[in-house]
Amino acid sequence: MKAGSNLEKVLEAGHFAVTAEIGPPKSANPEVVRHHARMLKGYADAFNLTDNQTAIVRLSSLASAVICLQEGVEPVMQMTCRDKNRIALQSDLLGASALGIKNVLCLTGDHQTFGNEKGAKNVYDIDSIQELLIFRKMRDEKRICGGEELEEAPKVFLGAAENPFADPFEFRVIRLAKKVNAGADFIQTQAIYDMERFEKWMEGVRERGLDKRVHILAGVIPLKSVGAARYMKNKVSGMIVPDSIIDRMKRAKDPKAEGVKICIEQIEYLKTVKGVHGVHIMAIAWEEIVPEIVRQAGLYPRPTV
Amino acid sequence: MIIAEQKPLKEIIRNLEGHKKILVAGCRSCVAICLAGGEKEVGIVAESLKLYSDMHGRIWEVDEITVERQCEKEWVKEIKKIVLGKDAILSMACGVGAQVMQETYPDIRVVPGLNTSNMGAPEEQGVWREKCAGCGDCVLHLTGGICPIARCSKSLLNGPCGGSQNGRCEVNPETTPCAWDQIYHSLKKLGKLELMEEIIPPKNWITSHSGGPRRIVKQEAILTSEEKAVKGGME
Ligand code: SF4
Ligand code: SF4
Repeated sequence: MKAGSNLEKVLEAGHFAVTAEIGPPKSANPEVVRHHARMLKGYADAFNLTDNQTAIVRLSSLASAVICLQEGVEPVMQMTCRDKNRIALQSDLLGASALGIKNVLCLTGDHQTFGNEKGAKNVYDIDSIQELLIFRKMRDEKRICGGEELEEAPKVFLGAAENPFADPFEFRVIRLAKKVNAGADFIQTQAIYDMERFEKWMEGVRERGLDKRVHILAGVIPLKSVGAARYMKNKVSGMIVPDSIIDRMKRAKDPKAEGVKICIEQIEYLKTVKGVHGVHIMAIAWEEIVPEIVRQAGLYPRPTV
Repeated sequence: MIIAEQKPLKEIIRNLEGHKKILVAGCRSCVAICLAGGEKEVGIVAESLKLYSDMHGRIWEVDEITVERQCEKEWVKEIKKIVLGKDAILSMACGVGAQVMQETYPDIRVVPGLNTSNMGAPEEQGVWREKCAGCGDCVLHLTGGICPIARCSKSLLNGPCGGSQNGRCEVNPETTPCAWDQIYHSLKKLGKLELMEEIIPPKNWITSHSGGPRRIVKQEAILTSEEKAVKGGME
């Protein structure tokens, strides 16, 4: 055990893991996170607290993760390289570990021009692969990036994201390999709608034996409307939404129910893909739907380990 | 070369407020090539300023000159005669040239006429693209001759982010290729794709601006005090 987090235990025990996302609010109100944590408790093995997602200023992921801990819910704290240099990131990791956070997700981060502080000076001192490298060194070698020794190492289960749909496609498996070699213990993927391309990626992943070295949690996003589907297809970088999905949403009498149905079908399918060790549900601004999805996908109750 | 573009005339006019005798000073090097501050552009700006001045009761006396390189004192000193007596110089050089001008003539206010953007190259006629961020520790040998620091919007060192699609950068898909997509294809052509598998460790940014203003010293090129005295005497 690297950190002894619930997520790590579930994965190590060979269960099909479930993680879900909680979006911190654009305010100082802790109740939003608290409410979602309470409502979602028991429906996933751990919950991602996004870090100023799409470069929009929000309640910090560290604070949100602590609120989850207070509610008895296990957090996965997201940490992007966009806003902080290696000094701040390492400091936050130590702080997070000291506060009892045991899962961390290393991300490069969306560019600030997508958010509500377009004129911000970005940092990008390190990239997500280097972030993994540094965090692993802190955990396993008790040393910071610069080499100085730590009296006490942070205990964290290290995650990273991967997008099987970005280009160049042939490089995406190599990029995953780099993340694994840099220290990723688990991977959460971008939302998958194009199953064919995902399968092709997984083939490459298995060929390299990467599925044996890292836990892959496949990402899903339940769709609320055809507009949301179109938005993701056209506006979200690195996302492929096949027309068949858009058609289904368009034809549906009850788009929300259809979105849930598609999501559950996807999870059922992902369960059968060799090398996929779980799902990551990103119900963006629709956290309420997660329990229903988890139940209907036959993933409730979550195992106790 | 250094890429710059002219400031809006309105802003130039506002920044020159309160002055009387103005010299518009261009540069025949980079900024001339990128059509921002060469002889021709100096002429146009000077004419515009004169016109504005005439319309506002001849508030300015405007002269113009273009030097070989405004970033070198030697060239800037040569225009001493025309500079003296002016109370503002509108520098149509890059930020370096404008600063050298100010250093050379510390009593005369230098106002920038250009916005200096980047170190780049012409891509096609009328289009310039950034190529180098002057990080001080070049990694082009690892990246197929394409700079990830200047040309990737996130300065990534280990391959494309999740936003790279159809060879375009997520930040400006219409205008900007994804540098890492280009690196991938370049390395493929060079038969060096294995370089993409290597993890490039965190960069040491000390050689970049993060280490503070930089200075390069070439000991053997520095004049001795004797040589300096001789040179000074000749000036
Ligand atoms: S790696 Fe550094 S020195 Fe080389 S081209 Fe890029 S910014 Fe310039
Ligand atoms: S899309 Fe390409 S160039 Fe743009 S930030 Fe991502 S890796 Fe860099």
